[in-house]
Amino acid sequence: MSSTTVASAKSGFSLSEYIVCLNGIVWREALRFLHQRERFISALVRPLVWLFIFAAGFRQVLGISIIPPYETYILYEVYIAPGLMAMIQLFNGMQSSLSMVYDREMGNMRTLLVSPLPRGYLLFCKLLAGTAVSVLQVYTFLLIAWFWDIAPPTIGYLTVLPALVLSGLMLGALGMLISSVIKQLENFAGVMNFVIFPMFFASSALYPLWRVQEGSPMLYYVCQCNPFTHAVELIRFALYGKMNWVSLAVVGGCTVVFMVAAIFAYDPSRGLVRRGPGGGEA
Amino acid sequence: MTATDAHIANQPLPDPAPEPAAAAQPALSIDRISHSYGQRRALIDVNFTVAPASFTALLGLNGAGKSTLFSLVTRLFGIQTGKISIFGHDISRTPGEALRLLGVVFQPRTLDLDLSLTQNLLYHAALHGISRREARLRSAEVLGRIGLADRAGSKVRNLSGGQMRRLEIARALLHRPRLLLLDEATVGLDVKARADILDHVRQLVTEQGIGVLWATHLFDEILPSDDLVVLHQGKMLAHGQVSRVIAEAGAQDVNTAFMRLTGTQTLTGRPPS
Repeated sequence: MSSTTVASAKSGFSLSEYIVCLNGIVWREALRFLHQRERFISALVRPLVWLFIFAAGFRQVLGISIIPPYETYILYEVYIAPGLMAMIQLFNGMQSSLSMVYDREMGNMRTLLVSPLPRGYLLFCKLLAGTAVSVLQVYTFLLIAWFWDIAPPTIGYLTVLPALVLSGLMLGALGMLISSVIKQLENFAGVMNFVIFPMFFASSALYPLWRVQEGSPMLYYVCQCNPFTHAVELIRFALYGKMNWVSLAVVGGCTVVFMVAAIFAYDPSRGLVRRGPGGGEA
Repeated sequence: MTATDAHIANQPLPDPAPEPAAAAQPALSIDRISHSYGQRRALIDVNFTVAPASFTALLGLNGAGKSTLFSLVTRLFGIQTGKISIFGHDISRTPGEALRLLGVVFQPRTLDLDLSLTQNLLYHAALHGISRREARLRSAEVLGRIGLADRAGSKVRNLSGGQMRRLEIARALLHRPRLLLLDEATVGLDVKARADILDHVRQLVTEQGIGVLWATHLFDEILPSDDLVVLHQGKMLAHGQVSRVIAEAGAQDVNTAFMRLTGTQTLTGRPPS
């Protein structure tokens, strides 16, 4: 008998089918990444410009006192390195959501969504694939930064990995959620103005929060509520082999919330977004 | 018969007809489906079935509701009213089982242009849980069957429109579905490419026993022996074998029957003066 008829009687999916699917999605994301070298280079240039130019310019202006996890006075470049690592992941997460909107407009997204495997799992695989790419970018950044005297403890390169994975998942899930509510590619420019820039600047990526509190208590509380702040702090502590439990809880919680909301939004039977015939068929 | 068709006919057929238990169910059952976009009703109480090993043409003008229906069957949209089953599997309750048996070719191209033909097929296979080794075998087989084996490593963007469509059909068949949906699959193709694709799909029906739902607005793609569903402004106006629909409409051909049923004069949808 044909395999098809066997399939017609089969219910559920085996573990190997789930693994094959995950591998396939990660593999495709990696192929697309390799085909888009400009994306890789621009993802690196952005934080390096901040590191080489912005940080050098502000080194004398913004002195950093001894704050955890640092045990000595540090250069400004050292301080902003974790923020720039998180920035890579933030832009990558938004880039992924941009590509999801593009895929949806071009029709490629349908290929993914008509797979028989559970849609939540498919989206999680997509998220994991995007995170893997962002982690690769961060390590490349760290390699270049090492030549600029950004040299965390050797063990930090290992201990930061779980933090990068978690923060990458959170920012990717946020991007996925945003992509589910954006109907057209043109609307994506708004994401830059209303999501990326506010998240990045209202965080501890560029300046410690105690300095923000001195300048504006209100902004300090905004920064405290910003999940990106906690992604930055989680990475910062992990890079020095330490754990920031509050940031871990916030980033972990936000990852779950964003992921569930994104799956909910992409579920055709319960979607948050009313979809029309002309677009947005996610 | 074209060279490609001859090539197709010479290939081993991987998929014989389904077992009686599977064949007893309609390949596709659309049961009192209605769908609205806000206040606008896109589908109103649509009700028909597609038998296994049959070619059913879904005929309607642009905006008739064909793509909406396809989006519901493929679960891109949630079902608001009614029920859709594929070989007895309710698409809302057991989507995994239903979608396993379904192959789809959407109206817009859904290939990744920057990947090779084989890479596109392997990606699709992975999404269906087919192991890499098996996927490579099947990919080589389907590429040979559609006459594109020598282009396996080329980027998809280098293919012609007709070749892309054939690749999409091959991809839709890679996981060996029992039901194939094609949404205006010949749009934008030249006459020969259209004929090749139509012949290819009809061979799938006769030789592999696949049920096909072929959405179109082109009368010349429909044969008298086909089943026909006429959809107009969201309503199903007729369902049955083409010759019977023509006879019941008191017409000589499907073109006239369609116009009588819908009250339109031309394919632009303008009513008769």
